[in-house]
Amino acid sequence: MPKMTYRDAVRAGLREALSRDPRVFLMGEDVGRYGGAFKVSYGLLDEFGPERIRDTPLSESTFVGAGIGAALGGMRPIVEIMTVNFSLLALDQIVNNAATLRHMSGGQLSVPLVVRMATGGGRQLAAQHSHSLEGWFAHVPGIKIVVPAVPADAKSLLLAAVADPDPVLVFEHAALYGVEGEVEDEAGPGEIGRALVRRPGDAVSLVTYGGSLAKVLQAADELATEGIEAEVIDLRTLRPLDIETVLSSVRKTHRALIVDEGWRTLSFAAEVSALIMESAFYDLDGPVARVCSAEVPTPYARHMEEAALPQAATVVRTVKDMLGHDG
Amino acid sequence: MPILTADMSAGTLVAWHKQAGDAVKRGESVALVETDKGLIDVEIFVAGVIEKLLVEPGTTVPTGTPLAIVREAGGIAAAAGVAAAPPPAPRVAPPPVRPAVGSGRLKISPLARKLAADLGIDPGSVRGTGPGGVIRREDIEAAAAARSAGAPRTGLDRQGRLRQAIGAAMARSKREIPHYYLSHTIDMHRATAWLADENLQRPVTDRLLYGVLLIKAVALSLREVPELNAVWRGPEALPSEGVHIGVAISLRGGGLVAPALHDADRRSVTDLMRGLRDLVKRARGGGLKSSELSEPTITVTSLGEQGVESVLGVIFPPQVAIVGFGKLVERPWSVEGRIVSRPVITATLSADHRVSDGHRGSVFLDALDRRLQEPAAL
Amino acid sequence: MSLQAPPELGRDHALALLGQMAMIRRFEEKAAELYTLGKIRGFLHLYIGEEAVAVGVMQALTPEDAIVATYREHGQALARGVPAGAVMAEMYGKANGCSRGRGGSMHVFDVSRRFYGGHAIVGGGLPIAVGLALADKLLGRARVTACFFGDGAVAEGEFHESLNLASLWSLPVLFLCENNLYAMGTALARHQADPDIQKKGSVYAIPGATVDGMDVLAVEAATRRAAEHVRGGRGPYLLELQTYRFRAHSTADPELYRDKREVEAWKGRDPVTLFSARLLEWGLASETDLAAIEASVAAEVDEAVRIAEAGPWEPVEDLARDVYTGGR
Repeated sequence: MPKMTYRDAVRAGLREALSRDPRVFLMGEDVGRYGGAFKVSYGLLDEFGPERIRDTPLSESTFVGAGIGAALGGMRPIVEIMTVNFSLLALDQIVNNAATLRHMSGGQLSVPLVVRMATGGGRQLAAQHSHSLEGWFAHVPGIKIVVPAVPADAKSLLLAAVADPDPVLVFEHAALYGVEGEVEDEAGPGEIGRALVRRPGDAVSLVTYGGSLAKVLQAADELATEGIEAEVIDLRTLRPLDIETVLSSVRKTHRALIVDEGWRTLSFAAEVSALIMESAFYDLDGPVARVCSAEVPTPYARHMEEAALPQAATVVRTVKDMLGHDG
Repeated sequence: MPILTADMSAGTLVAWHKQAGDAVKRGESVALVETDKGLIDVEIFVAGVIEKLLVEPGTTVPTGTPLAIVREAGGIAAAAGVAAAPPPAPRVAPPPVRPAVGSGRLKISPLARKLAADLGIDPGSVRGTGPGGVIRREDIEAAAAARSAGAPRTGLDRQGRLRQAIGAAMARSKREIPHYYLSHTIDMHRATAWLADENLQRPVTDRLLYGVLLIKAVALSLREVPELNAVWRGPEALPSEGVHIGVAISLRGGGLVAPALHDADRRSVTDLMRGLRDLVKRARGGGLKSSELSEPTITVTSLGEQGVESVLGVIFPPQVAIVGFGKLVERPWSVEGRIVSRPVITATLSADHRVSDGHRGSVFLDALDRRLQEPAAL
Repeated sequence: MSLQAPPELGRDHALALLGQMAMIRRFEEKAAELYTLGKIRGFLHLYIGEEAVAVGVMQALTPEDAIVATYREHGQALARGVPAGAVMAEMYGKANGCSRGRGGSMHVFDVSRRFYGGHAIVGGGLPIAVGLALADKLLGRARVTACFFGDGAVAEGEFHESLNLASLWSLPVLFLCENNLYAMGTALARHQADPDIQKKGSVYAIPGATVDGMDVLAVEAATRRAAEHVRGGRGPYLLELQTYRFRAHSTADPELYRDKREVEAWKGRDPVTLFSARLLEWGLASETDLAAIEASVAAEVDEAVRIAEAGPWEPVEDLARDVYTGGR
């Protein structure tokens, strides 16, 4: 199976969507002539032309709204917001229009829109460029949220999002773009709303998504050297959430730790914790734990940023505490 | 009073722009109302003549209250403000609850687990009454109460605790033990005559009550039917080593205790009398040891003083029998074909049918009768 | 005012214009009454006084054109042909409402008539209109997207972003600013450094014009010109229609911010009354015609109320439907 970077996988997904359906087009800041802020759309302008690869002005609210309108008008737009940090300018269009139009119209409308954005911190970009707000968006009924963590999913979940008749927000952790992984050529669209067990185990269920997956797998490897076999679950979709996969795991391991790059307070991890408590309470040997970002706007200095974000070492230590191990 | 703003439930009529008798046109402003958003003009939606103003300026009324009666062109009087039928009250859908799926583990809440550990109860032996068979706090508490008496509980005085423990035991007894009952009336003239003589020869402090004769007779009779002097350790009864008679003593505050008179079959009636006095004193004064409550191998209860003729007792688990005595009464008795008056007492046996049967029970009562006909040998 | 009817104005068309305006007027008055009775709840924004705008504009649009409107959209909806019963039932919250009772007064949608709401966020509809126009352009359809918004929306970022983008990409959007001089309680002069609205398009290379929004014929003529520009592929157009709402912003508004004399003055230019008078003057209509129209719209509105009253409530069990297509 060919290996490619996450970035290349997204591009492959875009290319496949653009090739197969003339209604698909991409618009966003610097997606065309610049080649994409993260080089995702590099080369697509030459291949598909300026009608389908559209550079927009810095007008997040209006070009996301235009994406909604174009979707209502019969297109399958893929809107790129450069990062989740700028998506706040388009929050009104996403929350008040994309999420509500079907419901408010009594079922007359569908909004087959895809909005892609880079998310996450860890690159010393400081407080305004390091947010992980996918948990916020997952709060809203009427939209779907996918968080691919590996190149294969970056491609397949994008294709699934394009095929979905409802608005789907795709969050690509910026630190993943250069990461390599196996991507099947003809895999086609993946399944939105299905989590995957990335690593089986029996001592504890480590639940995570997106940019945190690699750190959690690293932590699991380290725990294994001490005889603790952790089960790692990649959520892949935050809304609709596949909680059954998590519950099955917890019923086996009796312990759960959720790793989420959002701030701890009201994080998505809090939601997963509540769901586990509600449905697997009697299977737990101890309280559900969370490893999230510290309650601080992301600092610039490297050691400070590292301290603020979830790290593999923190996961290892937390698991040991949960299991009552010393050292 | 019209609904003028989104959440308005009442309004204050500030002023009327019209009087009774005035003509009004559709859309005309007829009154000024104060709402929490400020002063708002009220328009009328019919044309006609105001017949009567119903609300005084300065009055606050709920929305829907008629403010005036208007005779519409066409002669029909209409009042303003009819409340609309509200939409059906939404039935709040309960959040979906997943039933607890069996996974082979003990389903017990953390609180119950902790309580079980504190009380020394094995959670595995407890039946859970929560959803899906979950063991909860109340299940552990019930198990603690049903356990043999004496588990200390906080918040109750010692007497209360004893009473509670016995109450729980009684309930369990009736639930679990298949009782059978035998009754036998015993001629006590020889026993009472002997007792009267004996007491004349004794100092006051050493005088005997006839109850102690009954106790001794029961104890000796148990040697002949030892299966009534056993301890139930399901699924069988184990014969007890000694004969320790639990004497049922009623408490002043209500309730009953039955502490043990140890080795009743081997002690003199004098000794038993002393022991009995001591038990009664300590039972009523609160000085019983909990071990004394758990050591009887059989219980004897007498309600003769209360005046009942027979008492069918409830077995104190893990005992397997209880002997009851009624009042000592004078009754007509047939002696060699003639009717005489004799003091008689009715003895009853309630016994655990898993351990003995009516035949053995009868043997016991027969032995009891015989022994009471030879009081000097007690 | 000329005593001669405009030569191109036929009697049928004139009566149709008047009838539609009268219908909207009557409908809105009825809605006001029903609100005081608690039949209509939440917010109610009445179109009374602005009828000429909706009716005049709709004459220039075809059934294939799209319309995006604001929360004060009953006039546009009725003029577009959305059945009055469906709009009334929607305001009642009934299942036979055009949006199944899920939207209410502010969210009238009728996709079969390309009526895309009904938006409660000021300025929130402009980007959607841009997108609808973008789809038409990409799919090669010669259609106009008419986007209504008020003077208040001109202050929102979306107004500027949308005009800029529509102009940059030469999209067929007809921007229609219903300038009723107040953004809720704030007068135009108090929220715009330069109150000349139609000029604001020029900054984005968009041609604009102003029209007397109380004159239904002027509105019709101006909109036809504007729509022609847009339909001809020459990009967007900004038309400012100067009008006035005779009622408060919504039912909750005690109107502390405007002078009653100003309201009375504008009422002197009531579009329905004005047009009726002109038709009489021109001999295009008689008193009998006017009375017939009045009776007819009264009956229509009563029928709409009856439809709403008779409509069923959606069962609560259906609460979660239409959040996602396919129900998940």
